[in-house]
Amino acid sequence: MSLFTEPIGLSHFLVVGAVLFVCGVICMATKRNVLGVLMGIELVLNGANLNFVAFGSSVLRPAGTEGIGMDGQMIALFVIVLAAAEAAVALAIALSYYHAHATVDVDRGDELKG
Amino acid sequence: MAELLISISTPDWLAHIIAALVQCALLLAIALCSAAVGIWLERKVSARIQDRLGPTRVGGRFGWLQPPADGLKLICKEDIIPAAADHILFRIAPYISFCAVFCVFLALPFANGWVAVELNAGAFFLLAVAGLEIFGVILGGYASGSKWSLYGAMREAAQVVSYEIPLGLCVVVIILLTGTMNLVAIGNQQAGWFFNWHIFHDPFTFVTFWVYVTCAVASSNRAPFDLPEAESELVAGFLTEYSGFRWVFFFMGEYASMFVVSALGALLFLGGWNGPVPIASLLGLTPEHGAIGGWINTILGPIISMLGLTLDPAAWIGNLLGMCNFIAKAFLGMTFMIWLRWTLPRLRIDQVITTCLKYCVPIVSAMLAGVMLWSFFLPGGLFAALTQPASFPRSAWERTDSTLRVDGPQDVGEMQEEAGTRNVTALRSHAEHGNEGNIQEESR
Amino acid sequence: MDAINWHGCFFLLFAAVACGFAVAVVVAGNIVRMACCLVVSLAAVAGLFFLAGAEFLGAAQLMVYVGGTMVLLIFGVMLTARGPLVSMKTGGGQWVLALVIGVALFAVLLQAATSSSAWDGPRENNLVRHDPVQSEESVTQDAAGQLGLGLLGVREDKIRQENKVLRGGMSGYLLAFEIISVHLVVVLVGAAYLARARRRVQGSGVRTPSPESRTPIPE
Repeated sequence: MSLFTEPIGLSHFLVVGAVLFVCGVICMATKRNVLGVLMGIELVLNGANLNFVAFGSSVLRPAGTEGIGMDGQMIALFVIVLAAAEAAVALAIALSYYHAHATVDVDRGDELKG
Repeated sequence: MAELLISISTPDWLAHIIAALVQCALLLAIALCSAAVGIWLERKVSARIQDRLGPTRVGGRFGWLQPPADGLKLICKEDIIPAAADHILFRIAPYISFCAVFCVFLALPFANGWVAVELNAGAFFLLAVAGLEIFGVILGGYASGSKWSLYGAMREAAQVVSYEIPLGLCVVVIILLTGTMNLVAIGNQQAGWFFNWHIFHDPFTFVTFWVYVTCAVASSNRAPFDLPEAESELVAGFLTEYSGFRWVFFFMGEYASMFVVSALGALLFLGGWNGPVPIASLLGLTPEHGAIGGWINTILGPIISMLGLTLDPAAWIGNLLGMCNFIAKAFLGMTFMIWLRWTLPRLRIDQVITTCLKYCVPIVSAMLAGVMLWSFFLPGGLFAALTQPASFPRSAWERTDSTLRVDGPQDVGEMQEEAGTRNVTALRSHAEHGNEGNIQEESR
Repeated sequence: MDAINWHGCFFLLFAAVACGFAVAVVVAGNIVRMACCLVVSLAAVAGLFFLAGAEFLGAAQLMVYVGGTMVLLIFGVMLTARGPLVSMKTGGGQWVLALVIGVALFAVLLQAATSSSAWDGPRENNLVRHDPVQSEESVTQDAAGQLGLGLLGVREDKIRQENKVLRGGMSGYLLAFEIISVHLVVVLVGAAYLARARRRVQGSGVRTPSPESRTPIPE
């Protein structure tokens, strides 16, 4: 019940970020679909983003202490933009891969195997 | 609201929940009413355009109760889920669609300060959430397990994703002009007579408004852009397999989103709650209290304070007038969209995309550059320039000269006070801390 | 009983949704359902951003990320909706391995997240949401304007820094902003190049799929 009455702190946000991150890692490791792997990457980036925002947020830390301030949001913004760019390129690669192999199963892309 | 409940010994947490629920219900009522009136309007306007009468019997001469009757009929229908459908997604898709539209109402201000959540990034939030509506449509189209639905959903995706770009740019034009993304502040900047509206600010915003209209019609899937449910080709597009109550949700979502884009257009370009004639401020119904406002306050003030409310009755009535004005403008926009639907033929999908990428995007980009230059040379707007024709070219060129020079901090302050943006203080205070030259270059 | 901390309640709500649907993304087999869960999870993260006082970022998250995921969803439908023909099940060994790594990673992260007592939370409750004046001043204070100025190289939040050395070292993000802009243009061109429709050339290295597998939309 203490969670309902106590103020939320930085570490709560960090735990949520950790869950998202780990889910993303497991997703990347287990999915064989290219798009599934891409979704895992998005989850990982989101977990990291959440940490940046939490560290930069002024409401989550004791009054008087200095966080990373605006840098947190700024870096998170860059991450969002870069993630969009990465998704665009990854989707183009997936499309190209599909044209070549008629599937999006990453395990079938083993032509360079020695 | 919450304070009132606490005062009659309701538990603290319950009072807050009840207050929140009441406000949600109010917003939901607005969303549903806008959809219902939109449906009635559609029937009436289309009938008049086709030289018919439209509904005349349900609820009196004008068929006022036709939308509730329709709703009742649809709720009583059988809820059919095709065997080939993905059951869970098929069920939740209509709710996703409607919830996204409803979330827009959270950030939509109806009058000065009358907004559920006043966000600093309100315009951005509104655009972002309005774009989520198509999730429901795509999921519904996929989950139906029918090729017509899937084709409709794919068309919708292509169309909405393309039209989000010019739509966003249209909003950026206004944000550039106002220097804020707070929708309440954008509305208040257009206070006064109609020539203060952003549409009449300069020729570029006037053109931008018509681009916005095009994109708004396209992004709410209305004819001539209603490819996703083109009934002559795709049966009913993504709606093919839906029936009864779930279909109602999609339908209401569509009309509510029509209301939302019309309201956003009214807010950004047509003055929001500030009418063509500033009735509220002429009557003195503002927080500053003119003639009639003070009079109302002396009468109603004691009663209000007796009820234990902290409220300025005159300003409240002024806001009420403003809200009626705003909603009237939004419905005017909806009527325009309905008129378009029953007048123009449907475009082909390639024409739809061509309109977006070859016409809307370049035009609005040019308008963005134009507004940028205009607000640099003539920040007061077209009417300010016309009413003081003697002063405007001279002062404009003087201003350019002075701003092109890299001078001391006073000059920076002067330039930006005229531009009227809030970022100025930061620039100025930074300039006082040194390296003025850099800042001036960067701010350009 | 103490007054309920609504900030905390909403945090719990959004956190539960974000984590729950993130797990659902891992568990779900169908790519469209995965995308659907991912959307909900990302939207909840946007809610968490709002709670942390980053309004602009929350809106950007909704627009860019969630919109981007929608495109993922469409690709998922187009490329993999041929359903049961292509089975993409992962072997049990891989699952076990991934779970072991995941649990170990989570243990480390959890340990790190709870290690510092300074991160436990505000000692006195400085997030009084009922006081609009204070929250306006201290919490959200037009983050969009600050972000925009930061991208141009002006750090509004660090201007009042007393320490001369720290103020001298503080920097904006103008260079990063320019690099990102160029990067986005390059990505746009590159993605268009990669995804362009290739003409079939006999004897080229690209294996051309049979005509029926090229139809993107299933019957």
